[in-house]
Amino acid sequence: MAEKKLMKGNEALAEGAIRAGCRFFAGYPITPQNEIPEYMSWRLPQVGGAFVQAESEVSAINMVYGAGATGVRCMTSSSSPGMSLKQEGISYAAGADLPIFIGNVMRGGPGLGNIAGAQGDYWQATRGGGHGDYRCFVMAPNCVTELGNFPHKCFEVAFKYRLPSMVLADGILGQMMEPVEFKHPEIDPKTLTEPAWALGKCEGRDKRIVKSYDLKEGGVEIMVNERVQRYKAIEQSEVLYEEQMIEDADIVLVAYGISSRVCVAAMKQAREKGLKVGLLRPITLWPFPKARLIELSKRVKNFLVVEMSLGQMVEDVALAINGRANVHLHAKPGASVITADEVCKTMDKILKKEAKEYAAVK
Amino acid sequence: MQLLNKKPESLLDVKMHYCPGCGHGIIHRLVAEVMDELGIRGRTVGVAPVGCAVFADTYFNCDMIQGPHGRGPAEATGIKRAKPDTIVFSYQGDGDLASIGMAEIVHAAIRSENITVIFVNNAIYGMTGGQMAPTTLMGQKATTCVEGRNAKQAGYPIRMSEMLATIDGATYLERTTVHTAPGVVKTKMAIKKAFQNQIDGKGFSMVEILSMCPTNWGTRLDNPSEATKFVAEGMLPVFPLGVYKDACAADKK
Amino acid sequence: MPKMEVDVDKCKGCYLCIQVCPKKCIEKSDKFSKTGYYPAKDSKEGCCIACLSCVRICPDLAIKVYK
Repeated sequence: MAEKKLMKGNEALAEGAIRAGCRFFAGYPITPQNEIPEYMSWRLPQVGGAFVQAESEVSAINMVYGAGATGVRCMTSSSSPGMSLKQEGISYAAGADLPIFIGNVMRGGPGLGNIAGAQGDYWQATRGGGHGDYRCFVMAPNCVTELGNFPHKCFEVAFKYRLPSMVLADGILGQMMEPVEFKHPEIDPKTLTEPAWALGKCEGRDKRIVKSYDLKEGGVEIMVNERVQRYKAIEQSEVLYEEQMIEDADIVLVAYGISSRVCVAAMKQAREKGLKVGLLRPITLWPFPKARLIELSKRVKNFLVVEMSLGQMVEDVALAINGRANVHLHAKPGASVITADEVCKTMDKILKKEAKEYAAVK
Repeated sequence: MQLLNKKPESLLDVKMHYCPGCGHGIIHRLVAEVMDELGIRGRTVGVAPVGCAVFADTYFNCDMIQGPHGRGPAEATGIKRAKPDTIVFSYQGDGDLASIGMAEIVHAAIRSENITVIFVNNAIYGMTGGQMAPTTLMGQKATTCVEGRNAKQAGYPIRMSEMLATIDGATYLERTTVHTAPGVVKTKMAIKKAFQNQIDGKGFSMVEILSMCPTNWGTRLDNPSEATKFVAEGMLPVFPLGVYKDACAADKK
Repeated sequence: MPKMEVDVDKCKGCYLCIQVCPKKCIEKSDKFSKTGYYPAKDSKEGCCIACLSCVRICPDLAIKVYK
């Protein structure tokens, strides 16, 4: 029987990364994720890893770019404003096909915003944020156990397909304490085969270069197109989502992360009143569960997207549904918490046809 | 008849793209010769900058990484901390190191990162076509200060070796030049020391090398004395040669 | 007698070698190479003393000195 430990979200994420073989971390203090570098600073040396408190989030992502190029499992973390600083480095890592792992514990934005949990970085995480054509593998946990276990999957996908991976959490998840069950066996990185592209000792073999540029005519096009094939493979095989009470649902709530937990409460409240409400919780935000939404939209008439932002994931939902059903939005930006009551009120309006759709059925 | 000079194994036999009379080619060769002499090619990872030397990743015959402008010391930190057995060098120009990368170089020195930094200072931005650099001299013309650098608009040139010398974590800092043959010899000795320090685990070493940029200085490509004169008469008074820090000197006594 | 030879495919005609040669053994060629430069010429007969100054300053590894 697996052991359960009471942990803070941020600490679970750090511990989960270490159990998944992470042996280098660079980060910079920023609320509400400070526990991650703090935890790493004493835990990494215990497993023979290295920790650096970098001088900035910019420097940290570049340390991870370097460490990642050696084939070592490595991680950086930050919160929204610091993630903005990392975008160049993430673009470079994507362009150099490096499997680095990034943790974003979102807070209110834009700008300095506030230090409370929010979901305003969905676009930044799934649309790039950095320049150029690239994708990151993005997972959104909604509890501390998932924070502790998702790094395993993130590193696995990152190394298999050679791209940056990310856990997109928020300040509430980062700060909450829940029992964690680490479901995967611990990975000892010494047992892993060194990747064929890893830099280090060129004795006895040809030199290797890790880079993201090609100035020859058509060079970058070739690089990007090859990458696209890997992205397509990820979209085929790595989509993850969770459904609750979906089979007979008239309204499907679509929410990720902390909002999905509010939606579970709202769903149960609504069911008690006889409303048939279900929940689709995307777990991978990229690749997005488009196919499932397309399928559902053939039967379900109303989708309500619930996000702690001005409405970012709703665009992906509307794109997938493409006019086959109504898409509604319950959005609350600026790190203000959404309550189950609010969501239920919005659902009432939808059923009474008093709600203005985000995207109406065509 | 015996050949007295061989191409170093640590440099690939490819034609380098640098302009005629540019110092990069000299400095690449010196780094490669030192890598050969110290026997470290097989475990060295070099960090190529953004700048004229962006293509250093294709010239050195060891594992290379090319990354964002100015971030070399951070990348080097990551590589060295993740794989402490590797020898890591960050090769940077004056824009890369002293402008956008100012935080990274200072903090690598603060942390006394056990890396070797090769800082090529030619007082101008080469690759992007001759803009002012943090090390551009007072009155020196550049495309973003066409009348010459003046203090009110753009302040004064930064002396990196002197500034980093105030940092306890900086172990060895020397400024040399490649505009003369004796200068080249001393530069090689400094580079060798900077790599040996890393092998010995001594901490942060940097060699700041004054170099020529005839193209962007506007000096004749077919008359190198114009460029070497700019180094000798313009740069040397502002950037005096010498050892600015040698924390290892005490060890040897 | 030492000799200095220029690889005209590598030489970019920067003439740093001419500048540093203490014996003035090197001259500019008046024939341009396939890369469009007027390269430096091999050392004049009997002139080179194998001081290696040219080798040290050449940015393009275009010089070989024999002794």
